[in-house]
Amino acid sequence: MANAETKAKNKAFFKDWLKYQFKEMRKNGSLYLFMLPYLLVFATFTILPVIVAMYYSFTYFNVLEPPQFIGFENYVRLFTADDLFMTAFKNTLFFAVIVGPGGYIMSLFFAWLINELGRRTRAVMTLFYYAPSLANVYVVWKIIFSSDQYGLLNGFLMNTGITLTNIKWLENVNYIVPCCLIVILWSSLGTSFLTFIAGLQNVDRTLYEAGAIDGVKNRWQELWFITLPYMKPQLMFGAVMSISGAFSVGAAITQLVGYPSQDYVAHTLIHHLEDYANQRMELGYACAIAVLLFLLQIVANKVIAKMLSKVGE
Amino acid sequence: MAKKINRSGAGNFLGIFFLCAVACLMVLPMVYAVGNSFKPMDELFKFPPTLLPNRWVTTNYTDLFVLMGNSWVPFSRYFFNTLFITSVGTFGQIVFCSLCAYPLAMYTFPGSKFLGNLIKTALMFNGTVLWLPLFMIKAKLGMINTYWAIIIPTFGSPMGMYLMRQFMSQIPRSLVEAARIDGAGSVRIFWSIVMPQVKSAWLTLMIFSVQNLWNLGASVFIQSESLKTLPYALQQIVSTGIARQGVANAVTVIMMSIPIVTFVISQSNIIETMATSGMKD
Repeated sequence: MANAETKAKNKAFFKDWLKYQFKEMRKNGSLYLFMLPYLLVFATFTILPVIVAMYYSFTYFNVLEPPQFIGFENYVRLFTADDLFMTAFKNTLFFAVIVGPGGYIMSLFFAWLINELGRRTRAVMTLFYYAPSLANVYVVWKIIFSSDQYGLLNGFLMNTGITLTNIKWLENVNYIVPCCLIVILWSSLGTSFLTFIAGLQNVDRTLYEAGAIDGVKNRWQELWFITLPYMKPQLMFGAVMSISGAFSVGAAITQLVGYPSQDYVAHTLIHHLEDYANQRMELGYACAIAVLLFLLQIVANKVIAKMLSKVGE
Repeated sequence: MAKKINRSGAGNFLGIFFLCAVACLMVLPMVYAVGNSFKPMDELFKFPPTLLPNRWVTTNYTDLFVLMGNSWVPFSRYFFNTLFITSVGTFGQIVFCSLCAYPLAMYTFPGSKFLGNLIKTALMFNGTVLWLPLFMIKAKLGMINTYWAIIIPTFGSPMGMYLMRQFMSQIPRSLVEAARIDGAGSVRIFWSIVMPQVKSAWLTLMIFSVQNLWNLGASVFIQSESLKTLPYALQQIVSTGIARQGVANAVTVIMMSIPIVTFVISQSNIIETMATSGMKD
């Protein structure tokens, strides 16, 4: 009896709520019209792909035949029967763990140092540090790491007598990953770096004076107790940008060492996905990889957001 | 700038020294690229290699123009494709994003919070991961092998929308309220109050999308040679050539100069926009 009563109450409440929402929506009708064009495109090219990928990841699909529903088989196969996937998975995580935090900390650190400069020098330095992320100069890096003695690095090392013979930087399995890391880190001061530059400039100056009175002794304490907490929103946005960059290093690697890299030492999930989508025509399987990469990025973002909320405490 | 507190002279010196040292390393590859592009062929294969040429020549650039002239698809076509995709894409992105950002930044209404979070989540993953389902969707829509495969998706860019919304939230609410009391409708407010205030954000979106497109190169969504873009064609010259090392360097310099020059021109506007990009949880 009482149960039925609360149910009825809830129902009435829900009805009122709906009515209120509809009223609000009607009142704001023109606002929805404003958003409609963007939302249509956004839904089609950002949300729908995620749904499509999820759907096909549960099927066997080779383009020629209609997709066949096979449940979790693709995912099971990824983790139990695909050795190369495990290599790609480990490499992706390895690159992400180094490139993500590495690029992030570099961005923050250099932005912080640059912020100490005067207006003109600051603009020039910002350009110097940001330019690498704009310039896709893999060709130059290939010449620098060139395997013959005409490459800049080999030439330097042999000329000064540090090494006697030329080193095959981009073909030797011991050097491929470090070389890739150098190039990727070099170009990792991107959007997050700009955000930090902008954020640092906007910190309220009076806070520093107040901090000095309250006993902040040096620049490091100032950074930790005043600057970083103040620019937490920028730190958050920078992290989002760094993470999405860290999981998509595949293209840079392909440009540098080609595909496949020697012994698959720089084989990442993006490469694996492309392999199954383009060469083997197993689109369902490739979609499972895409979904996995998608989830990895979302999870990484959630974890980092948790960690960043502790800054300055 | 006011006198800095909490700074030791030694620390300042060390900081600036370190900053300059690393700056040299950062620009070194680019200086090397420029140097290489002006080297005559024999200096490219010289031991020990040098950073800058002894004898500066422009043959690499003139050779490049000759090669461009011999191209099967005329280069003016590649140029047109690039110009068309960039201008239509950028224009559409600015219009769509600002239209959508305006209500989200200025008003609360049913769904506004949900949409804000949705955009934020969309920023969290890199779109390249989803190129395969994207390909399927574009194929279904009949967009493959047309300009629209590249143009239309940029209209719905989460990044453009996010930056625009953040920038608009900085506009004083009183300004909008005053206009409303004076009897301006939401369209009027949008067009004559909000839009003129967000010029920095427009410019930032414009620069970002030019840079994006420029670095995109070959797209999987376009197969016809005559629809491809200039960056792709330039890269093609590099990858198919034999003993064209010098020309390749010239191409590299051209490729990297466009995004860098656009950044130099608009740096202060971009920094202004990025200052508002912060994410509150």
